[in-house]
Amino acid sequence: MIRREHWSRKGFLAANYIGLTGLSLTMLLPFLNVIAQSLSGAAAIDRGDVMFWPVDFTLNYYRYVFDDISIWRAFGITVYITVVGTLINLTFTSSLAYPLSRTEYVGRKYVLLFILMTMIFTAPLIPQFMLMREIRLINTLWALMIPTAISAFNLIVLRSFFAQIPAELIDSARMDGCGELRILWSLMLPLSKPALATVGIFYSVTNWNKYMDALYYLNDRRLYPLQVKLRELLINDDLVDTGNLPFDIASQSVQGVQMAVILVATLPIIMLYPFMQRYFIKGMLIGSIKS
Amino acid sequence: MHKQATGEEGRLLLGFIWKYRTLYLLSIPGILYFLVFKYVPLLGSVIAFQNYNLFAGFGGSQWVGFEHFERMFQHYDFLRILKNTLVLGALDILIAFTAPIVLALLLNEVRLVLYKKIVQTIVYAPHFLSWVIVSGIFAGMLSPTSGIVNVIIGWFGVEPIYFLGENSYIRAILVGSGLWRDVGWGTIIYLAALTGINPELYEASEIDGAGRWKQTLKITLPSLLPVITVLFLLKIGDFMDYGFERVFVFQNPLNITDSEILDTYIYKAGLKQMQYSYATAIGLFKSVVGLFLLVIANALSRKATGESLY
Repeated sequence: MIRREHWSRKGFLAANYIGLTGLSLTMLLPFLNVIAQSLSGAAAIDRGDVMFWPVDFTLNYYRYVFDDISIWRAFGITVYITVVGTLINLTFTSSLAYPLSRTEYVGRKYVLLFILMTMIFTAPLIPQFMLMREIRLINTLWALMIPTAISAFNLIVLRSFFAQIPAELIDSARMDGCGELRILWSLMLPLSKPALATVGIFYSVTNWNKYMDALYYLNDRRLYPLQVKLRELLINDDLVDTGNLPFDIASQSVQGVQMAVILVATLPIIMLYPFMQRYFIKGMLIGSIKS
Repeated sequence: MHKQATGEEGRLLLGFIWKYRTLYLLSIPGILYFLVFKYVPLLGSVIAFQNYNLFAGFGGSQWVGFEHFERMFQHYDFLRILKNTLVLGALDILIAFTAPIVLALLLNEVRLVLYKKIVQTIVYAPHFLSWVIVSGIFAGMLSPTSGIVNVIIGWFGVEPIYFLGENSYIRAILVGSGLWRDVGWGTIIYLAALTGINPELYEASEIDGAGRWKQTLKITLPSLLPVITVLFLLKIGDFMDYGFERVFVFQNPLNITDSEILDTYIYKAGLKQMQYSYATAIGLFKSVVGLFLLVIANALSRKATGESLY
């Protein structure tokens, strides 16, 4: 009996390791396929010869991507909304999270409820759009940054972190004559670097990936961020139909170009990932436990 | 006497608020943000009951009651779109909600710390990719000419299939790509809950002769139940919110019959065709159904498990 139990356990463990390894490969191999195709010759891609290693190595697609000014512009806009947008996010979020973390703030329960309600009741798209038009944000890059200034989830993460900082510390700072702004700026924020990093990472990934808001609120193609530009390039038919391709289709592969664009647009996130990972798990936990 | 006391308390409170006025001032921009960008559009939803006219505005537009809602249900396309939304919502709960729980349980059985860390690092990663990128990767892999999937099924003699060009595959692609992107991410919270389980429970059950499987059923799953319930309730609240972006990026004229959902339809009817009131009515319908489901699920769960959101 004990022996059988033992063997079934070993069998399960072996299956588990094999299964999890298989799952990890499923997550990884699509990336490798994208990388391989972006570096392979057109003929090899079309024959379906490219799996996870480049065939007939070429950098042509990257050359095409880097020569396209509109891609550069979209890239610049995305960098801009990621940097400026995230600064706006952090400013707005911490300036609300800090008061809400202090017991001196009478009525903070009501304010929190007021905020949590917005997570359950969301307004339909059209009234949101009309508001944006009313305050003249349509066709400006502000439309990608202002309406998303605070995420309720991130606010709760930051508030919970602030709330853990001992009140005695704040009291003694007050004793030393620090005003609230000074306390926030020179005490709370430096002490909260890990939480700020977590929230900042969540915000910057959201800003980098912004697509929907641009689709809703921007008509001017010159303002399109990278994701929208990317989407245009990914719709095969459009590329071919409108004759957007400056090169001979026979010698270049549309798919190769697409894969190269995907990599260029993902690279910043891939490079940030190892640094991000240190923080986001902790951040997820604070946020979810408290809410 | 009583009146005097409250008056005094009021003064004290005001004094207190005045003392910490910077705190209150600091919170004003954030509160205004929620008021303007979350509550004002909610009030703006009244145009669902009007024939909203751009030039007349809220005040000048004609009130039409439930006309737009009636029109919605009479439109044969609408029922198909509603069905698509419900089917995708149901698949999402069935597959995308349960998969992270199973994966977390499996990861929890791994004793090699380094291996576990590597697997976690890999499975969390796709979550950070935008849906546009995910659709690009999938479209590439599923391409009939050069996609790796068709190459592989070709080895078995299957003719190339244009997966994204057929209605019959789109739901599987939507669910599959969502699973690929988010299954790992979904495990984080369960893994955290698992580390919180008292190890003595396991030791005690081992003495009682319980195997791993029994322990999973009797200790692990019940310990996870509160987290599962809360997440499930939140998911139910989002039942109609499969998400505009993830569907829109996979949509094309060939798969639209099965891939059109309320969110994508609202975008097209509202912003593209400028049927403002009609699109708002659909949006409002969606929110109300979501809220209704949440309230029912919450009540049921309170009765069944004692866990509830509020």
